[in-house]
Amino acid sequence: MAYAQPHPRLSVVSNSSQSSVDHLSPTTTSTRFSLPSAPSIHAAVPSKTATNRPSIYDRNLNKTRGAEVSAASFAFLFSEIVQYTQKRVSGINDLERQLNTLGYRVGTRVLELMMWRAEGSSKAPKREIKLLSVLMMVHTQVWKAVFGKPADAIERSVENPDEYMIIDNNPPIERHISVPRDMSQLSCSSFTAGIVEAVLDGLSFPARVTAHNTPNSQYSNRTTILIKLENQF
Amino acid sequence: MTIFGLWVVNKAGGLVYQRNFADGLAPLTSNEYLVLAGTLHGIHAITSRLSPVGSSSGVQVIEAETFKMNILLTVTGTKFVLLTSLADTSADTILQKVYDIYSDAVMKNPFHTPEMPIRSDGFDTRIGTLIGNGQT
Repeated sequence: MAYAQPHPRLSVVSNSSQSSVDHLSPTTTSTRFSLPSAPSIHAAVPSKTATNRPSIYDRNLNKTRGAEVSAASFAFLFSEIVQYTQKRVSGINDLERQLNTLGYRVGTRVLELMMWRAEGSSKAPKREIKLLSVLMMVHTQVWKAVFGKPADAIERSVENPDEYMIIDNNPPIERHISVPRDMSQLSCSSFTAGIVEAVLDGLSFPARVTAHNTPNSQYSNRTTILIKLENQF
Repeated sequence: MTIFGLWVVNKAGGLVYQRNFADGLAPLTSNEYLVLAGTLHGIHAITSRLSPVGSSSGVQVIEAETFKMNILLTVTGTKFVLLTSLADTSADTILQKVYDIYSDAVMKNPFHTPEMPIRSDGFDTRIGTLIGNGQT
């Protein structure tokens, strides 16, 4: 690594952050947490010579708080993600698992950023520790942060008390997707399920989250995100 | 004011979508439709080369005794063809909306292969809604 021998003038703070990067070097990562190669995080430190533009890591996190992403661009990007993934898997279950993994990586970042924005400026920051308020937060805040609108319903399963369902009548990521008939069990909302799984994991409510198509007469894209908690709370 | 049918022709002249909406068209086999679409593609190419003054985007309307064909050429070379009655004036706006729906329901669908026949429920449904509305 280029930074193995830090410059003596580097401050103590950056030294410590550096060792933490080393600690997370790719050898210790699981499949879910493949970090970008470490130098990119530190690229901003010596970059003063190259350009005055601050790197994305130096930017104020609130700068894009109210920013919106073009739905068309996202639709094309997500379409490419699905095509890319589909070429590298065998079968629908595998595809759903891969999408879930990709969503998981988004979810860890969504949780961190959302928490920072919501609690960072408050005088008495707190974290959610009750299951129901965590689920409500996923239903409302997470959905708003990711999709710009709250989900449509949240329900508890009648048969299995450890199962909860979040229902979206028209998920934005599936709006333009028509799944062929021979793959009818596939739900591209597995990506959303991955986001939810990461948020729940991050708040210490480990769960297995899956997505299912549950169309009704009014909404043909209606999707249920099924949360199966690993422990009883 | 009748809309008889809609064709989508890809940039190579292959018919990727064909659907009839009203009775009155001669019944044809899918093979005959493919040949006709290919011929239309050729005619279009000829007309765009024939223009006496400057460049031309090619034929836009072909009028016959009982019906007319309205052709919309997109910048990527895909052609949308709407078969309507002679009195119809809405063809241009409908073709524009068909192009909108095509960009949404076909091009953003990860399960569609470009230049291949369109098999997308979303496209079928939205076209049905559009042209159904167009006729009333």
